[in-house]
Amino acid sequence: MDGPVTFWLDFWNILTLRSGYNATLVILGTSSLGMASGVVGTFAVLRRRALMADALGHATLPGVVGGFLLSLIFGATGPEILPLLIGGACSGLLGIWLVQFLVRHPRIREDAAIGLVLSTFFGLGIVLLSVVQTTVSTQTAGLDSYIYGQASTMTKLDVLTLASLSLLVVLTSILLRNPFGQVCFDADFAATTGWPVDRIDLLMMGLVAGVCVIGIPAVGLMLVVALLIVPCAAARLWSTRLIDVLMISGLFGGISGWFGAALSSSLPNLPTGPIIVLVAGFIFGFSLIFAPRRGILSSQWDSYCRNQRIAEDHALEHFIDHDDSVANDGLSALFSVRGWSVRKINRLMRRLRAKDFVQCSSSVWSLTPSGRSRGLTIQRNHRLWTQYLTSHADIAANHVDWSVDQVEHVLSDDLVAQLEDQLRLGSEP
Amino acid sequence: MSPIHRPEHSTNSPLSIHAMTVAYDRKPVLWDVDYDAPEEPRLIAIVGPNGAGKSTLIKACLGLVPRASGLVAFRGKPLDDVRSTIGYVPQRESVDWEFPVTALDVVCMGRYRKIGWFRPVRQKDRNAALVCLDRVGLADLADRQIRQLSGGQQQRVFLARALAQEADLYFMDEPFAGVDAATEQAILGVLREMKNEGRTIIVVHHDLQTVPSSFDEVIFLNMRVVDSGPVAEVFHEDNLRKTYGGRLTMLAEAAEAVARSERR
Repeated sequence: MDGPVTFWLDFWNILTLRSGYNATLVILGTSSLGMASGVVGTFAVLRRRALMADALGHATLPGVVGGFLLSLIFGATGPEILPLLIGGACSGLLGIWLVQFLVRHPRIREDAAIGLVLSTFFGLGIVLLSVVQTTVSTQTAGLDSYIYGQASTMTKLDVLTLASLSLLVVLTSILLRNPFGQVCFDADFAATTGWPVDRIDLLMMGLVAGVCVIGIPAVGLMLVVALLIVPCAAARLWSTRLIDVLMISGLFGGISGWFGAALSSSLPNLPTGPIIVLVAGFIFGFSLIFAPRRGILSSQWDSYCRNQRIAEDHALEHFIDHDDSVANDGLSALFSVRGWSVRKINRLMRRLRAKDFVQCSSSVWSLTPSGRSRGLTIQRNHRLWTQYLTSHADIAANHVDWSVDQVEHVLSDDLVAQLEDQLRLGSEP
Repeated sequence: MSPIHRPEHSTNSPLSIHAMTVAYDRKPVLWDVDYDAPEEPRLIAIVGPNGAGKSTLIKACLGLVPRASGLVAFRGKPLDDVRSTIGYVPQRESVDWEFPVTALDVVCMGRYRKIGWFRPVRQKDRNAALVCLDRVGLADLADRQIRQLSGGQQQRVFLARALAQEADLYFMDEPFAGVDAATEQAILGVLREMKNEGRTIIVVHHDLQTVPSSFDEVIFLNMRVVDSGPVAEVFHEDNLRKTYGGRLTMLAEAAEAVARSERR
């Protein structure tokens, strides 16, 4: 009994920053990192550079190890954050440059180039790491936490650096959202209006690289790309405005960092990075199911309603074709072409009666005046659409909307009149 | 052999192309193109078979693909001096229509350069963009996400963005591709209005049949300029054959187009 209660109490205290200096530091660091990567990751995703960020993350490893070696030469006694990050940034940028160089070659496509650079740099990094670990084993403690991330070892200076860099990245992204957004949406157009697209791209990619590099000590170089992609993917399910997506993505990233760090401090021996990424993944899953309009539940409900309406339209049309009324036991025959079950037919008739489209007296179903007028409208529309498709098959089939109440909502009055003429001519002998 | 004839270039022409050659991967796609647009506002069609370099021509004029040689001048000035007076409508397929923006946001992008690096889009800009959307008949759909627009509506959003640029010279890459007849007429109506306001509009066009009725001038392009000039003077079977070569279906279509233009 005692275990879960203390865990939740612990978790709550850490979450509300009442659990000591160290845990608070870590939470501030990871949540500001999450926020920055959520914001700048949105641009990376929209510019279709998300995998490039992955390559960048993996390509930092040889630089991290190289930076460590150099710092040993200059007299350091263990891993220090600054030389490692500088080394990581250098090899990460070298990796990105190599990808850019390779795609200019006609036989290598971008996905292949990214995979190539990502795996060879990471392989090189792992080899360097094991060599270093066997030769200077006493001083390498903590170096492999750069692979999976370990936020709990962050010092006050690390967190201050992380937080101020994150703030800088967020401010730059928000301030420059117009040129950034335009280059992401339509780089050619942006270039013709005089934006220096190459330099804007470089700045965007630089911000992404910056977030990657400062995020590596906290979440590790394997998973830092998740913080760039996942919050944005979740945010896009909630809004269709760029500024909202930026804000929501930043918020989701921040929450992931906050909850992830709190969770990993209240559970023993769990690395911070994967937990943060799992929290972000949970937020994405939640959004995917519950987001309004674009979530799974909402779109399932929409299609359910649409199918019901289509069934109602079909039923009314059948009634019109059958002189407006039919006996109760004739319903299955009336709808036989639809293949509906008896249960479905019963439910459908109940719905139509509730909407006052049909009435039932002494076991005979018949259309009410409003049901009749609706049925006639539907019938006319469907005939007009059929005619439209026959006579205007060459243009824009995506104009056809069988379910609209009035064809006039989609087609011009002239065209509707023309179609009606054609229908009349066609029906005369 | 006679020496290569070099036309005199006018510094008053809104677009003059001097001996421009463009190559992708060592293989030239445009060879030694010389062209001067008339000084007066005109609706100009670029026609030619697939792979003739129509899109490449306008992209090279706009500096989007590098030129191997030659130069382009706009009323005697280089591109960098006159960017704000040049508008562009790219092909509809060139962008991601899932992008989180509304129709109005896209039109506002036509004014981003004027707005500048750091300033937000203000009400004044939004109003101006709304006027442009209204001109193409989409004011009602200003707040729609662009995915929810039909192909013809997306094309008109691009046109509205170009209107928001308030340029003097426009390049449009197949603005009539995949739109229905009614939308084509609507777009053409806007283009004519733009011309009457004094703007020159150069359109990559694929439908030969509508050239005589819709355009003032035509450029026949097949890796080089076959001929160019007023439709009434140069739109004839000889040029069509020179441009489209032995493509039989195109020839049949062309013959019909010529017959139509002669009937007019």
